[in-house]
Amino acid sequence: MLKHARQGNTVTVKLDGELDQNSAARVRRELDDLISDARIKHLVLDMQDLTFMDSSGIGVVIGRYRALATRGGGVAVRGESSHVRRIMKLSGLYSILEEAR
Amino acid sequence: MLGSPLNNTRGARVKTRNHMRLLFDSRSENESFARVAVSAFMSQLSPTIEEMSDVKTAVSEAVTNAIVHGYRDTFGEVEIESSLTHDGYVVIEVSDAGCGIEDIERAMTPFFTSQPDMERAGMGFAVMKTFMDDLRVESRLGEGTRVTMRKLISNAAGKQ
Ligand SMILES: Nc1ncnc2c1ncn2[C@@H]1O[C@H](COP(=O)(O)OP(=O)(O)OP(=O)(O)O)[C@@H](O)[C@H]1O
Ligand SMILES: [Mg+2]
Repeated sequence: MLKHARQGNTVTVKLDGELDQNSAARVRRELDDLISDARIKHLVLDMQDLTFMDSSGIGVVIGRYRALATRGGGVAVRGESSHVRRIMKLSGLYSILEEAR
Repeated sequence: MLGSPLNNTRGARVKTRNHMRLLFDSRSENESFARVAVSAFMSQLSPTIEEMSDVKTAVSEAVTNAIVHGYRDTFGEVEIESSLTHDGYVVIEVSDAGCGIEDIERAMTPFFTSQPDMERAGMGFAVMKTFMDDLRVESRLGEGTRVTMRKLISNAAGKQ
């Protein structure tokens, strides 16, 4: 299970290891579990320990954003490596992400 | 796969300083294997950490595409062929014998995906294009797809 903490309507989750097509299904399932409570509006993804991510990870972030946006919330990321930042920039993710608190 | 793979590199083999070929099952568990194998192979060119992660990401995109799109409803083998050239390039070809791409130009358009319901971003080709110096895609419906990418490794450039 991914390390996580809940504070009010925000869940912070620590991603670790590699986020690719192979791990995406598991990460997606765990994240959906953690935000299944409809009172949760904000998801903060701590990417400090994420060693690799490709476009499969972009899909995971966008999918959670869509779910939370319908509740008037969204997704924030923090601690991402410059490599991950380049991929997220390329796909325009920063324009939909919330400010990490 | 598409004709005889690598007509181009095969003829040029004498001009390369090293070469390898990998064949593996179209299982997503093999994505990390493919990334690690290619990065270990190219480490002979003393790439920077950034160059290494660029190539790993591009390989991951191409291999994932072969598995999830090429062999969408089936199962097959993915081939990676890589060469290191005397002028400091790493050349990587990723091939599958899967369904092929109907419209390559459309497929390469950023944000286009044929699997939006699978939460795909349609960014794979855009990532390959951005992180590598060259990207070429050849495909024939029902026969398969071959993606050829090239990147100049700064430390190796010009060294013989
Ligand atoms: N090897 C392949 N065989 C068949 N079709 C492919 C192959 N590679 C790519 N495609 C087609 O090209 C489209 C675009 O690929 P691209 O990697 O850019 O995006 P994606 O795989 O759909 O999404 P993402 O890579 O962001 O998860 C795919 O949706 C698919 O239709
Ligand atoms: Mg893709």
